[in-house]
Amino acid sequence: MQTSKHDAWVGLFVLIGGAALLFLALKAGNLLSLNFDATYTLQARFDNIGGLKPNAAVKSAGVVVGRVESIVFDQQTFQARVVLKLDKGVEFPKDSTAKILTSGLLGEQYIGLEPGADVKNLAAGDTIKQTQSAVVLENLIGQFINSKAADLGSSSSGAKP
Amino acid sequence: MALSSQTPSHAAEAAPRAAATAPLIELRGVRCGYGGRTILDGVDLQVRRGEVLALIGTSGGGKTTILRLLGRQIRPFAGQVLFDGQDLAPLSESQIYAVRRRMGMLFQFGALFTDLSVFENVAFPLREHTDLPEAMIRDLVLMKLNAVGLRGSRDLMPSEVSGGMARRVALARAIALDPEVVLYDEPFAGLDPISLGVAARLIRDLNDALGLTSIIVSHDLHETFGIADHVAMVANGRVVAYGTPEELRASSDPLVRQFVGAEPEGPVRFHQPAAPVAEDFGVAA
Amino acid sequence: MSAAVALLGRIGGWTRESLADVGAGARLFVQIGARLGTALRRFGLVREQVFFLGNRSLSIIGVSGLFVGFVLALQGYYTLQRYGSSEAVGLLVALSLVRELGPVVTALLFAGRAGTSLTAEIGLMKAGEQLTAMEMMAVDPIRRVLAPRFLGGIIAMPLLAAVFSAVGVFGGWLVAVPLIGIDGGAFWSQMQGGVDVFSDVGNGVIKSFVFGVTVSFVALLQGYACQPTPEGVSAATTRTVVLSSLAVLGLDFVLTALMFSI
Repeated sequence: MQTSKHDAWVGLFVLIGGAALLFLALKAGNLLSLNFDATYTLQARFDNIGGLKPNAAVKSAGVVVGRVESIVFDQQTFQARVVLKLDKGVEFPKDSTAKILTSGLLGEQYIGLEPGADVKNLAAGDTIKQTQSAVVLENLIGQFINSKAADLGSSSSGAKP
Repeated sequence: MALSSQTPSHAAEAAPRAAATAPLIELRGVRCGYGGRTILDGVDLQVRRGEVLALIGTSGGGKTTILRLLGRQIRPFAGQVLFDGQDLAPLSESQIYAVRRRMGMLFQFGALFTDLSVFENVAFPLREHTDLPEAMIRDLVLMKLNAVGLRGSRDLMPSEVSGGMARRVALARAIALDPEVVLYDEPFAGLDPISLGVAARLIRDLNDALGLTSIIVSHDLHETFGIADHVAMVANGRVVAYGTPEELRASSDPLVRQFVGAEPEGPVRFHQPAAPVAEDFGVAA
Repeated sequence: MSAAVALLGRIGGWTRESLADVGAGARLFVQIGARLGTALRRFGLVREQVFFLGNRSLSIIGVSGLFVGFVLALQGYYTLQRYGSSEAVGLLVALSLVRELGPVVTALLFAGRAGTSLTAEIGLMKAGEQLTAMEMMAVDPIRRVLAPRFLGGIIAMPLLAAVFSAVGVFGGWLVAVPLIGIDGGAFWSQMQGGVDVFSDVGNGVIKSFVFGVTVSFVALLQGYACQPTPEGVSAATTRTVVLSSLAVLGLDFVLTALMFSI
């Protein structure tokens, strides 16, 4: 194999390409914040998960402490069974609450964990007992209409224009 | 137009050696063509070791096709092409590559690799087929370039050399691996008189000095007859004449006479087939 | 009636020829693939090709990436600031580049610059009987000429696409932060929050690799199969640009559907 004067330039080109890729991965992407630490799983059951998707964030006090691993429909209880993967080292009391919240007004949905007061913590494989389902817009509107109708009904005793 | 007859002394020297051995190359009853057209229709030809054979004939008559058959770039419909007694048709790819390594070919305008220098072009076959160290390759390349008189042009690029020089570089490349046979496809086309003479001299001298066998396809009868041991004339898909240059010059066959005498009329007509003159020009015949 | 029959006959003939072309193309692909291993051993040849195809394209790729980044940031800002989300412009620029524009635009530019030069080079070598000469010298032209160029193309393309995207992101930053005045910290953090290394950057790299294979192969095939005349070489270079551009865009759709499906 003959060395050529193009050797150095090609090496430089490959380095530039590699540097570009590294830049994209580190600066533009989330390589630095990728978590490869150990995790443990918890379960939670919801009446309605709304728009929650697998890989959505699990946050507590606004900090990401885990990810949603999977969501399945439970035939026995007719509820949604969500498996959460939490970082090892982050533990919650046994009576903590899991709520499905929306980031911003119309943003993505995530699970928010609020700690309870129990002395004992949830262990791997435990189920979170207290859950609050996602807010479904149609139910909200229905509730609003009903409460408005009840107000009208009680304030004007049958008198209609 | 009469050809001055020159009797090359080397042809007489080569003759005893050539007659002693079996033919190196043989075509037996070969029929071949491309795309539905038959170009060769029953060709029998023998080339003896150490001789220079000239292939002459009309354009498109099949001379270059014979060269392509020898390298097995095309295969015959019928008949056999034998190299050193071996039929080329059933050989595998690596076997035919082994046969091709024993041949050198000089293409019409050199076909040098335009991205490599003269030195690199001649070194190409050595680098591809041998594991020789660079120093040895350098010496071999310079020897071959010296044989063709271009040792001083080793660093030029093909675009920087004249047509005649490019032809000579291609010749040096063709003999780089010391082949047994060299095939020349129109080596004299488009050369000035000096280059013509040089090229013809080179072909004959290399053939004798290196013990090669050479097959030359050419239209240049004067130079070719001057260096060939035998001449084969290919026309209408067959070999219509075979012999020494003197025999062909003395031939009474009308086709051979027309060709050798360069006469416009004979078995090969001047006018291509066309409608009668009266029809085209609207005049009474 | 006979005109209809003649038309059918022409369609049939055209179909047969096209199928034969596709078959020949597939055969060449397999032949090149079979010789990649031996071509790697002659790494000097591959290195030369990476130089001609990659290094020589760096300037056009870099400049194009910069300007595409500028435009993305500008257009993105105009639209996003209507919804009060102008800080997400970094995320917009980065995702557009890394997922789509980087691989696709680089592939189109590569087809025009490097693809045509490959086709012309091989076509002219064919016209000048250099490939035949090589065969007669018992050197396989596919191994010696085509395979190294193919390898050079598939090495150069992903690197060029990465450079395009990176320069584009930088160009977007230039317009968004110093020029328009968006907060630099928000620019980068929104981007980092939304661009996933494996599913976005990684998929983009896979795309550019697939495009590299496509463009390099189409260019080599057109050169190798062209008519060895000036008209033939010219028609072949045109076909290279048209075919590889269409193939890249079509494959982009297929790959995007596969990779980014929700």
